[in-house]
Amino acid sequence: MRYMDKSIDEIRKALDAQTVTSDTLFQESVSLAKQYQPASNAFVTILEEKKEQNTSTILSGIPYALKDNISTKGILTTSSSNILKNYVPVYNATVYEKLERAGAVLMGKTVLDELAMGGTGTTGHTGIVKNPWDDTRQIGGSSAGSAAAVALGIVPFAIGSDTGDSIRKPAAFGGIVGFKPTYGRVSRYGLFAFASSLDHVGCFARNVKDIAYVTDIIKGKDPHDMTSLPDDNKKYTDTLDHDIKGRKLFYIKEAFENYENSDNLEYKETISKFLETVEKVRELGFVVEEVSFPKELLNAVYPTYMAISCAEATSNNANLTGIPFGVRGEGNSINEIMMDARTKGFSELIKRRFVLGSYILQKENQEKLFKNAQRVRRMIVDKMNALFKKYDGLLMPASGGIAPHFGEKDDQLSDRYLILENHLVIANFGGFPSITLPSGFVNEMPIAINLTGRQFEDDVVLNMAYKIETITGCKNQIAKGGK
Amino acid sequence: MYIPTIGLEVHCELKTNTKNFSSAANAYSEIPNRNIATVDLGLPGILPVINENGVKQSLKMAFAMHCEIPEFMTFERKNYFYPDLPKGYQITQFDQPVGVNGYLMINVNGEDKKVLIHDTHLEEDTASLDHYGNYSLIDYNRAGVPLLETVTEPCMHSVEEAIAFLESLRSVFLYCGASEARTDRGQMRCDVNVSLSDSENILGTKVEIKNVNSFNNVKDAIITEIKRQTEILEAGGSIAQETRRYDENNMCTYSMRSKEDAIDYKYFKEPNIPPIKIEREWLEEIKKEIPALQYERITTYMEEYGLSRYDATILVKEKEMAEYFEETLKEGADPKSACNWITSVILGHMNKYEIPITKLFLTPKMLVELMELVSSGKISSKQAKEVLLKSLEEEKSPATLVEELGIEQIGTDDEILVIVKEVFGEHPEVKEQYKSGRTNIVDFLVGQVMKKTRGQANPATTRKLVQEEIVKGE
Repeated sequence: MRYMDKSIDEIRKALDAQTVTSDTLFQESVSLAKQYQPASNAFVTILEEKKEQNTSTILSGIPYALKDNISTKGILTTSSSNILKNYVPVYNATVYEKLERAGAVLMGKTVLDELAMGGTGTTGHTGIVKNPWDDTRQIGGSSAGSAAAVALGIVPFAIGSDTGDSIRKPAAFGGIVGFKPTYGRVSRYGLFAFASSLDHVGCFARNVKDIAYVTDIIKGKDPHDMTSLPDDNKKYTDTLDHDIKGRKLFYIKEAFENYENSDNLEYKETISKFLETVEKVRELGFVVEEVSFPKELLNAVYPTYMAISCAEATSNNANLTGIPFGVRGEGNSINEIMMDARTKGFSELIKRRFVLGSYILQKENQEKLFKNAQRVRRMIVDKMNALFKKYDGLLMPASGGIAPHFGEKDDQLSDRYLILENHLVIANFGGFPSITLPSGFVNEMPIAINLTGRQFEDDVVLNMAYKIETITGCKNQIAKGGK
Repeated sequence: MYIPTIGLEVHCELKTNTKNFSSAANAYSEIPNRNIATVDLGLPGILPVINENGVKQSLKMAFAMHCEIPEFMTFERKNYFYPDLPKGYQITQFDQPVGVNGYLMINVNGEDKKVLIHDTHLEEDTASLDHYGNYSLIDYNRAGVPLLETVTEPCMHSVEEAIAFLESLRSVFLYCGASEARTDRGQMRCDVNVSLSDSENILGTKVEIKNVNSFNNVKDAIITEIKRQTEILEAGGSIAQETRRYDENNMCTYSMRSKEDAIDYKYFKEPNIPPIKIEREWLEEIKKEIPALQYERITTYMEEYGLSRYDATILVKEKEMAEYFEETLKEGADPKSACNWITSVILGHMNKYEIPITKLFLTPKMLVELMELVSSGKISSKQAKEVLLKSLEEEKSPATLVEELGIEQIGTDDEILVIVKEVFGEHPEVKEQYKSGRTNIVDFLVGQVMKKTRGQANPATTRKLVQEEIVKGE
């Protein structure tokens, strides 16, 4: 009997009925992780020993995985970077602490794109993460390993972080659910910072209810994080089944104008399937409307994101000098030692982003590049908030296609790339709660929709997603590679 | 002769229980790496949490320096790589610091002057590095300690003004209880800007001298730098805009980096600290906690109590001393004579035994009682001084001592007159001798009275009575 491919409700039931013990679950999870590791490479660390606090919550005794950029005391945490390949934290992240206190059982730390930068799952220091539906394709990133572990049925849920789309994109390519709550809903304390104003902690699962279970546990005001929100005193699982009749959603017209004329068949099919889903969503009682969004703002999303995130990342990662912790460099002076550590410790992609960020922050460029990016961010968020006055959510294809093959390159200046592959970032700009749901298949690969709601209305987003999930036919799916 | 223009950037560690952004103790320790938290080490994933008391102390200081205080206060990151900076950036204030456009009054050679303050901002201290032969060690005790950096306008024109400003600023910290401001522990450190010009209205090229750590060194650094620049200018050269370091052993400054090599700190808003709203009611409360400051007190002491600037300056040097003095006034003391007692006997005792005024046994009330004994003629001022010293040393109240020693003066004229008459009776010849010109016989008679009373008779009264008695006819 296998449990790790089941929902939290099913596992809870088995545990409560004592048909299985948490020890067995841990063993199952760990051996599945080891079994799939050669093919998927989802884990940096697979734990040998189970540590569980005696509790009675919905998550008690249930194994899960943490992205390896979340601080775990005494457990190697590498951020998938060479510079931290031997770093063992001395303190716990709040999200880990909360899960531990709820009795959930950590079974491993998952691979990410180095320092959570990048969206391919190919830049971690322990190698690339493969898509469990097709091992010639990417799973996406940066929370690649967490997405793969859930898609493979190694764990029922996993924790990730999301700065641009790092939970919601790999969830889409892995055919699972990925949720990034409102900024500040979950504490960032202990999450290795990428871009602090955009960073979120969130989770993966295979159905919306499991996402709600986990979010109910990990959310809340944290005295260690000044940007964490006051408690909303809500239990998201309680309101999942609320009536959604009359809830209004919109999608952005400019995102896939003239898609019918494209010669990219995957793209065409993805969009037409999205529009089919929209029809079914309407049948559920939602009102879904097409809305026009200024194209110059949409085209600015990606460059704006790059400017802000690289700038913040440059500063956030300035602590990685190999001096107080991390891999020490060599040299005759302190500058040489730091430079050597950083030269050897980071991959080319990371260095490029640091150079970019540094350039953007330079005195002579700041006004034009950094401050303007912040202004554009504000304009996009204002536009979204204006739309949210009328609509309860934005419903979009999570991507314009399926998971790309390794080495496949998008034309980064095309509208399709700039808008469809980057609109998820809008939710990071505004701190909006945003969830990706699997919605079908194209070429036997999963495709997904994304639903983004008003700031602070995590409960409403989960409620709407829970309803939409009923018409996708993709609830609780396990990737081919995990069967 | 060139006119020097001096600007100061003064860093002062604030007195708080914990560090500026972490829960580690803000305490001095000789043992390295005692007071550290994960935040102070800049470990991956840490987040700053602002210390409310640090904000409060800095607001108090901003007020005391007459600064404008913004509605929202923001924090910025100052980015640079150095091993004493564990995060790779320092959290400081740039856009909306705790205070801007303030001033502090100083007095140099009897002349009042306003030193303009550009801004004062709250930031965190770095770790300290100890360099050895071929290696260095890092002590993170200091990393994250709250610092208030106060930046003056370039508006001082002499070493004396610069030092007067530093002393004035130090006193504000001490009066507000915002810092211990001890230079010997590096709690107060300075960057000094010096430029020379031939005209008051034009500023010369600025040279910055970094990290000067005592008032004496500031003084020497300024003198040295003025001399260096003067020599260059007189030789027809020009001053390079640069950053220099003061070498106290060799009493010279040497170049660290030129203007071209100036570091771009890439300031940007600290995303982990939302703008902090400074509630006006809170400000009003903080305002109430600011005591009358040194400068204000000096003015009052001079104008209202008629003290000299010299005396007033001694009294206000420490807030506790000024408070002691003011307490005696509340008890009814005459300001000038209270000042005399404090600045002579009491201060002498404090210096001799190195005890702070707060630890004195003698309360202001006791001092006033003693002063009253003198003014009512019960004891002489010479006796009072003895009693006072004994009181300080033996920790007994002056009243008790006067009684124990039996030195209370025979106060009333009638009491003394009885004794005077006794003495005259014992020496019937004196009146004749006096008439014949031996006027110093009076001294003899006074002496006799004092002898009989074991010194308890008021000498002035005695003399007066003897004078009256001797010319009296039979």
